[in-house]
Amino acid sequence: MTPNRIIELSARAIARHVREGSLRATEVLEAFEARADATEPVLHAYLLRARDEARTAAEAIDGARAAGHPLGALAGVPIGLKDLFVIEGMHTRAGSRILEGWIPPYQGTHAARLLGAGAVITGKLAMDEFAMGSSNENTPYEPVRNPWDPRYVPGGSSGGSAAAVAAGSCAAALGSDTGGSIRQPASLCGVVGLKPSYGRVSRHGMIAFASSLDQAGPIARDVRDAAALLQVLAGPDPLDATCVDAPVPDYLASCDRGAAGLRVGVHREALASEGLDPEVAKAFEHALAVLQDAGATLVDVELPHAEHAIATYYVLCTAEAASNLARYDGLRYGARIARASLRETYEATREAGFSAEVKRRILLGTFVLRKDSYAAYYGQAQKVRRLIARDYARAFEGCDLIASPVSPVPGFAVGERSHDPLTMYLSDVFTIGANLAGLAAISIPAGLSAATSGRPALPIGVQLMAPALQEPTLLAAAAAHEDATDHHRLRPPDPPRSATASEPDPGAGGAS
Amino acid sequence: MSVADYEPVIGLEVHCQLETASKMFSACPVGLLAPPNTLVDAYTLGLPGTLPVPNARAVHHGIALALACGCQLHERSRFARKHYFYPDLPKGYQITQAHEPYATGGSLEVPGFRDAEGRPKRVPLVRIHFEEDAGKNVHVPGEDHSLIDYGRAGAPLLEIVSEPTIGSPEEAAAYLRELRTLVRTLGISQANMEEGTLRCDANVSVRRRGSTALGVRCEIKNLNSFRFLAQAIAAEIRRQIDLLEQGQVIESVTLSYDVERDRTRVMRSKEDAADYRYLPEPDLPPLWISSEWIDRVRSELPPLPAARRAGYLAQGISEDDAVLLASEPALGDYLDRTLAAGAPAKKASNWLTVELLGKLNADGIGIERSPVTPEALAELIAMVEADEVSGRAAKAIFASLYGELRESEGSTPPLTPRTIAERDGHRQVSDAGVLEAAVREVLAGHPEQVQQFRAGKTKVRGFFVGQVMKKTRGQANPQVLGELLDRLLGEDD
Repeated sequence: MTPNRIIELSARAIARHVREGSLRATEVLEAFEARADATEPVLHAYLLRARDEARTAAEAIDGARAAGHPLGALAGVPIGLKDLFVIEGMHTRAGSRILEGWIPPYQGTHAARLLGAGAVITGKLAMDEFAMGSSNENTPYEPVRNPWDPRYVPGGSSGGSAAAVAAGSCAAALGSDTGGSIRQPASLCGVVGLKPSYGRVSRHGMIAFASSLDQAGPIARDVRDAAALLQVLAGPDPLDATCVDAPVPDYLASCDRGAAGLRVGVHREALASEGLDPEVAKAFEHALAVLQDAGATLVDVELPHAEHAIATYYVLCTAEAASNLARYDGLRYGARIARASLRETYEATREAGFSAEVKRRILLGTFVLRKDSYAAYYGQAQKVRRLIARDYARAFEGCDLIASPVSPVPGFAVGERSHDPLTMYLSDVFTIGANLAGLAAISIPAGLSAATSGRPALPIGVQLMAPALQEPTLLAAAAAHEDATDHHRLRPPDPPRSATASEPDPGAGGAS
Repeated sequence: MSVADYEPVIGLEVHCQLETASKMFSACPVGLLAPPNTLVDAYTLGLPGTLPVPNARAVHHGIALALACGCQLHERSRFARKHYFYPDLPKGYQITQAHEPYATGGSLEVPGFRDAEGRPKRVPLVRIHFEEDAGKNVHVPGEDHSLIDYGRAGAPLLEIVSEPTIGSPEEAAAYLRELRTLVRTLGISQANMEEGTLRCDANVSVRRRGSTALGVRCEIKNLNSFRFLAQAIAAEIRRQIDLLEQGQVIESVTLSYDVERDRTRVMRSKEDAADYRYLPEPDLPPLWISSEWIDRVRSELPPLPAARRAGYLAQGISEDDAVLLASEPALGDYLDRTLAAGAPAKKASNWLTVELLGKLNADGIGIERSPVTPEALAELIAMVEADEVSGRAAKAIFASLYGELRESEGSTPPLTPRTIAERDGHRQVSDAGVLEAAVREVLAGHPEQVQQFRAGKTKVRGFFVGQVMKKTRGQANPQVLGELLDRLLGEDD
């Protein structure tokens, strides 16, 4: 099989070939590495390419097969991990200078489970620093570019993961989603991004941004690949007390269940917002029609507190972030700027180690937790969060899934919004509800926007949400949509266009 | 006004390290004497990506203490993060229970102290909650840097907060002693102040006697011995009264105790007090304590000190002895076994506190390693009760038993009070027939003295007792002997 054929294979197909001996893991790895060699100079999806470790792992798989040992569900599948996943012995920074030089002495649950299933870890994928951002521009490193057009952002914070999967520099990837950080970049890069229910996948070994909202999940080429990865990742973990102790269903089997009889809820009020790009609206309505054709019915749902979701989210996530990031003091690991006194060392280390967006969120979070502002901000936000969760619970009494766009716009250009954090925050409007309520949600490809003079054709994603632990229903509908469309087969230009070919007109990017 | 016009009001915050194999939130082992930074794991060091997982054994211990203090146990409680930056705090926050502790209310009886109505004093508790310990900064004199030992970081702690109802430094020390007794009895902590497994902060205020309003309180930190606790509180009471007498106001400050100068010293004022920015711990679900769990712990509770004391008092044991014997589980256990072997309570307590503890303390031996078993002590007491041996002989038997068993460390064939009494001829002769012969012999051999007695010189009676004792090698039962003498001397020739 030619390298170009290999990188077109699904993760499931790769594992099957490797198990059956029709492909060697080393051969697979070489194909994806060659692709990464070609795309990385433009895309910068990887913060770290673990060539030696990947080769050793691939050779071990081939050796195990030669010795007649049984191989796992992801045997020989090259998988990249967002840089906030801890891999024992591998430089891990969560995209931040403050962790520069940190080599974890312990193994995270995600790496352990993936390696246990035979995956080959290709390296650490770039991200917004500490997962704070929607564009990958909040980084002290080279920002990731969108494989569909390198003048555009890949989304964030799991931008490296989505870009690498879209570009074919790994077969699948792991991302993390706190307010949309798996789904939004998946949407902007035209791949599948699955945010499991809160607690479905362990957080042990995932560097925290906002602990009550963070969830690890797969980014993949198609829905069934995402299901296959979830199968390996999901399940209780004695090292995470918030991990749900519930049996793990057969996710791949649920992908074949079809959408017939499913009631899909639509929150029409949210679609009326003026920020919604017409191309996104069109793709969304088309996706609904596909689901109806597959046997689903549409129902309107009410989410009365939805308008407060963004404010609630930014109070809660900044508070938790300020707390979670307190440990980065330069004393035990990572970067340290030594000064004469302890206090000065703290200040210099954190001043130099965190970028502006991270500092902004630490300041906001510290403020909302102050004794004299707690009740008005954090306490209030917790109450509203409960109301939002109740809204969803009530909505799900009348439907099995809720569908919505993922991002209000197909994408935006590098630099277009980086000086406007508020607009950036508002772009999470469709995704953060699932985090606040702990729901399962997925972003699936729904086609390309029409190219205009100001904007190239860019992928658009559609979101499905299901109640907690209802991933089987979510996957059934997502796979039914995928089986009826070809959107997931669309590939970005190869080789990627140069990022400097011509500057896009930022004003034509659409939304607000 | 004078010092006597004021009364102190004291509340204690006690930290007690729980006796568990692993830390509060990770499988990392706990220990006291390990080399620095050896008892650490990824969680203890606050490494990115690590998460806390509660230690069920620590929760078990916490339930036991709450039950013993009669607290209200909450089925659902929550952990919270308390933030401050300090090198010994690896995560930049400590996990504790802030607004939703697992136990509230309850009380602790303070032995030897009475309330206004004359009943045994009970100090009510505000709350008990779980938290994790910090590490230790080690300041090296003369060096330009400090060292940090994270070995203690994450160790499981209970914080026990009393209501401010303690009335004197001595009562505060007694409260802390009782708490130590209780946690040791429960087997949930070594509670050793020198080793830091029991630590205490004191909140002190004073008010005009008769007033019910509380004065401004000041907190004295790190009172790490019973003596310093009482001294520091006394010094702080003096400081506050002096200020009030000078017409000044008391400011709420945090103090330390200067042992050398016997005075409290201000560490920081209220304005400098940190805002800990408490956050409900998102990494931990609520802690659920089921009624089944509580019942299980309750069924395993050992006899508690207050109940033991009450039982001992009811059996006629003096208050001092009752407090002493209930102060250490092993002592109470020893007494209980002695009583179970049939010894009368008052006698057993006397033998235990005077003879046995006298010897053990002199030899520096703990009660749990006593050469004389409770059953042996009970046998000895029974022999005295049955007039088999005299009180004096019993002491000799006890001395031999203790000494020989201690020397042989249990390797010799079974030594019992009875075998020693036989061997050393300590058996008391109470048989009136046997003794009468001896008495008659003595009287017959000393007609002169008999004459003197009958002439009214009753002092001579002691001479006859001595002679009979000599003849019987001290084994005559003094009471039987006395009765015989009185009868025979009263007879006419």
